[in-house]
Amino acid sequence: MSAELIFHTHLVDMDDSMLANFNFRIIFEYMPLFLDGLKFTFLISLVALVLALITGIVACACRISGIKILKYPIIAYIEVIRSTPLLVQIYFLYFGLPTLGIRVPEIQTGIIALMLNSGAYIAEIIRAGINSVDQGQIEAGLSSGLNYVQRMRFIILPQALGVTVPPLLGQAIVLVKDTALLSLISVMELTRSGQTMTSERFMPAEAFLTVAFFYMCIYFCLKALADWSQRKLIFREAY
Amino acid sequence: MMAFYFSRLVEIFPFFLRGLWMTTKVAFCSLIICTLIGFILGMLRSSNIVFLKRLIGTYVAFARGTPFVVQIFIVFFIFPEWGLQLEAFPAALLAMAIMGSAFICEIVAGGINAVHNGQWEAASSSGLTKLQQLRLVIIPQAMKVIVPPLVGQYVLLIKDTSVVSVIGVMELTRVGWVTVVRIPEGLMVFALVGILYFSISYPLILLSNYLERRMAI
Repeated sequence: MSAELIFHTHLVDMDDSMLANFNFRIIFEYMPLFLDGLKFTFLISLVALVLALITGIVACACRISGIKILKYPIIAYIEVIRSTPLLVQIYFLYFGLPTLGIRVPEIQTGIIALMLNSGAYIAEIIRAGINSVDQGQIEAGLSSGLNYVQRMRFIILPQALGVTVPPLLGQAIVLVKDTALLSLISVMELTRSGQTMTSERFMPAEAFLTVAFFYMCIYFCLKALADWSQRKLIFREAY
Repeated sequence: MMAFYFSRLVEIFPFFLRGLWMTTKVAFCSLIICTLIGFILGMLRSSNIVFLKRLIGTYVAFARGTPFVVQIFIVFFIFPEWGLQLEAFPAALLAMAIMGSAFICEIVAGGINAVHNGQWEAASSSGLTKLQQLRLVIIPQAMKVIVPPLVGQYVLLIKDTSVVSVIGVMELTRVGWVTVVRIPEGLMVFALVGILYFSISYPLILLSNYLERRMAI
C-alpha cells in the first residue's frame, strides 16, 4: 500500500516538473561562472570580429585588385572557407597546429579559426557592397578625371559603406553564436560554463536555459543595432 | 612517419565514406523536414493573425538568437527531463528541424511579403479562397525571391550538421574526431574531412550563385 502511495506521489511530481523543479537558487550560485563565461564570449567575439574585419578588408582588396597572383589564392581561400563547416576548421587548427610544431593556447586557436572563417564572409559582404554602387557613378567619376584611388575614396566607398553595415552586423551576430563552438575545444566561454555546471550538478535545464538566455540578450542588442542601421544607413531611391 | 600515417588513412577511408553517408542522411532528412515546416510557418507568419505571428516570431528569435550547439544540448539533455527521451539520430534531426525551419520561415515570409499587395487584391477579387490565393498566385511569384537564399540556407544547414557530432552521431566530423585519436596527423585527417564536405557543399554554392544571377533578371 505504502509503496503504491509513494509511486503515485512520484508520478504527481513528474507531472508538474517542467517548471516547478526549476531551481533558480543554483543558477544564482553559479552566476559568477556564467558571468565569467559571458565576459570571455564577449572578449573573444570582439577580438575575432576586429581581426576578421581586417582580414576581410585585405581579402576583398586582393580579390578586386585584378592582380592574378593575389586574386586566385584569395578566391580559393574564400570558397574553401565557405564550403566547409566551421567546426571542421576549428578541429583542423586545433589538431593540426601541434603536428606542425606550433603550440598555442586553445583560445588563440579558436580566435584564429573564427578570424579566418568570418574574414571570408566579410570579404564577400564588402565586395557585394562595392558592386552595389551604380556603374553610372563610376563613369561620372571617370569623366571628372578622378583616378582609381580617388574614385574609390570619394565615390564608391562612401556609398558602399551604408549598404555594408547591416550585413556586417548580421555577420557579427553569427560570429557571437559561432564562439559557442569553441567550447568543444575547451575554451572557457559561455557554453562551456553551462557544460561545467551540468557536469558538476547534473542540472542541464538550469544550465543550458541560462546560457540560452544570455545569448538571447546579446542577440537582441545586436539585432536592434542591425535593424537601426538598416533603417538609417541604406539609401533608397524614392519612387 | 607521414607516409605511414597516410597509408593508414587510406586503409580506413571506407570509415570516412560511412561518415559521409551519415552526414548526407542527416542533411537530407533534416532539409526536407525544415523546408516543410519552414514553408508552413512562413505562410502563417505572413498572414494577419496577430497571435500566431507573435508566437512564431518568438520561436524564430529563440532559434536564431542562440547557438546551434546550445540548442542541441537543450534537445539532448533537457528534453529527457521533460519526458522526451530521444536517441542521438532523432535528437539531431529534431535540433536541426528546430533551427533550420526558423531560418527558412524567415526566408519564406520575406518572399511572400515581397509580392505586391495588388496581387492579393486581384486574387481575392477573382473569387479565390485564401489558400488558393497563396498557392496559385502568391507563392509562384514569391518563389523568385525565395529560391536563391533558400539554396544558400541549405548550404549553411549542411555545414551545421557537423555540430551534431557533439551528441555522438557518427557523421563525418565525428569520424574525423575519432580518427585523429588513432592517427595523430590532425592536418591530414581534417583536410580529408574538409575535402569531403567541400564535395557536397561546393556544387550547392555554385547552384545558389547561378540561381541568384538567373532570378535577378
